[in-house]
Amino acid sequence: MNRGKWYAFLVPTISVLIAFLVGSVIILLIGKNPLTAYVVMFQGAFGGSEQLADTIVKMTPLVLTGLAVGFGFRAGVFNIGAEGQMAMGALVGAIVAMSFGALPPVILIPLSIISGMLAGAFWASIAGFLKAFTGAHEVISTIMLNWIAINVTTFMVAGPLAVGTGTPKSPEVAEAAKLPIIFKVQAIELSIGIVIAVIAAIVMYVLIEKSTMGYELRGVGFNPYASEYGGINIKKNIIMIMAISGSLAGMAGIVDLLGVPPQRFLGELTGGRGFDGITIALIGRNNPIGIIFAALLISALRTGSNAMQIRAQIPNDIVHILQGIVIFLVAAERIVAALIEWKKREKVTA
Amino acid sequence: MNWLEAILAILVNPIFYQLTLLAATPLIFASLGGVFSEITGVVNIALEGIMLMAAFNSVVFTYLTGNAWFGVLMAVIIGVGFTWFHAWASIRWAANQIVSAAALIIIAQGVTGFLMIPIFGHPGQTDFIGRVSPVRLEFIREVPFVGRIFGSLSPFVYMAFIAVAVTWILLYRTPLGLRMRAVGENPEAADTLGISVRKIRYFGVLMSGAMASLAGAFLSTGELGRFIEMMTHGRGFIALAAMIIGNWNPVGALGASLLFGASEAMNLQLQSSTIITVSANVKPLFNVIPFIVTLVVVGGFVGKTRPPAASGVPYEKESKN
Repeated sequence: MNRGKWYAFLVPTISVLIAFLVGSVIILLIGKNPLTAYVVMFQGAFGGSEQLADTIVKMTPLVLTGLAVGFGFRAGVFNIGAEGQMAMGALVGAIVAMSFGALPPVILIPLSIISGMLAGAFWASIAGFLKAFTGAHEVISTIMLNWIAINVTTFMVAGPLAVGTGTPKSPEVAEAAKLPIIFKVQAIELSIGIVIAVIAAIVMYVLIEKSTMGYELRGVGFNPYASEYGGINIKKNIIMIMAISGSLAGMAGIVDLLGVPPQRFLGELTGGRGFDGITIALIGRNNPIGIIFAALLISALRTGSNAMQIRAQIPNDIVHILQGIVIFLVAAERIVAALIEWKKREKVTA
Repeated sequence: MNWLEAILAILVNPIFYQLTLLAATPLIFASLGGVFSEITGVVNIALEGIMLMAAFNSVVFTYLTGNAWFGVLMAVIIGVGFTWFHAWASIRWAANQIVSAAALIIIAQGVTGFLMIPIFGHPGQTDFIGRVSPVRLEFIREVPFVGRIFGSLSPFVYMAFIAVAVTWILLYRTPLGLRMRAVGENPEAADTLGISVRKIRYFGVLMSGAMASLAGAFLSTGELGRFIEMMTHGRGFIALAAMIIGNWNPVGALGASLLFGASEAMNLQLQSSTIITVSANVKPLFNVIPFIVTLVVVGGFVGKTRPPAASGVPYEKESKN
């Protein structure tokens, strides 16, 4: 059977379509019109330059969390802790960005981003260390680390860093740490964050597909025992995989914080975007370029569903349901593959 | 020294032990759920999502009928149906079990959030709906110390301990239990002996759904009397840790659940302790105690326990195709 390059993306595409179909049944069940709902959703995501800019702003951290999870998947670890790594990255990066306001942007911005990445890398490598040396499964340890990170950041933002009243928030970062704006549409400022995210995706692509290190990492994911026999140090590799994955999640946190007004650590900050990375990595087939498009899709769902909530009174939690269905179908891709085969056979017999 | 004093004061207070039992109860049910599924060879990290669904459904049906036990029953029935999707994907379609279970968690989050407004009119949390009344043991209430622990407890606590005993007997003293363990260790051999790997695995996964549902129903209808969005708070994953530390054995899982329950009780008591004074801002930091204890214990114990050999590996007959 000749399955071309595009076949890999056929399963996620059909999964998304099925998810929308199930979603429309759910919308019907609460007595609303799914067609209107989806039209409102589409307009909310792409209906004008402001909406489009908003979708791209929201897409930026999602590309990075998608890369974080996708990189882990490629190397055979399930980093479900992007959420916590993102929070820690944003926290540490923000502290740096608040503290060294005297530095010029050309130094302060990279410095803040790198400290955020290191914080994410450190947080993730705790799970990597535990997996390498004690065998603790990364799913459990990263979830525990998520909860610890959430409580630590809540404490920092409500306590030592707090300013003002209302939602817990840190002070704004230094002017020099704010990401330069590419263009501005009404209230939406599109910063160079999206460029950073796309560059990260390209670097990741080259790293995984073209470098020796990428070859080793894929080997560890594919068959750890054979890799060890071939002279690859698995323990070192697992910690490094987690660290790289975590650094991307940390980058998601700090790039989002520095690029989106008000440039401060606000409330819980992550808002499930670390978990979105799982959906994005799966839809993008763990391919960095695929992940960019998957992040656009999820971001559009997010902005669109907010519009749907306001204008069509459909709770935006529907996005979680849609995402869950997509993840489920991609996990059990044979369901979708069987559907495709069945359709084909039907055509042949007809 | 204040801290040591505070911890000692907590340890001699019967309330600490009562809170330990209450905090351990959902973990006991859910970790038994983990055991049921994994012992037959299917990993089920969806416990968290199944619990959330059950916490929600039990409140919904208590709200609709006014009967909390009926709410619990419906939560279990729907929870088993929900878990069936994971079973079906894992057993029939050889899905990636970790990912398909993660999907269930996200769907549970979505469904419970989505239905808050249509059913209760507002998001966040429901009003007090009603709960299963506690078991009052009058003759024990008079006994000092012990009376304060066991005098008035949720029936779920007793049910959890009974469930441990029943599960242990089922797994280690009945033919069905032997088959379940055989399927989890060596499905090929079990298949050769005429055991239906498929049926046994469905049974294991669906039982795990029932157990996780009891865990979730306890959180809302058993304890609080209301549903709060995301109220499971990572307990499904702590329960998985309890299962691992307990070496996939019901009694071991019970012990680990009690340990984690105690760490949660310690957290709660430290937050309300009058011996140490901490500002309201610092209190969230105490919430990390159960998670750190879990992380450390999991890190320290794994490798010393052993999962069922075929855990997480889809089984397909060679004759297929």
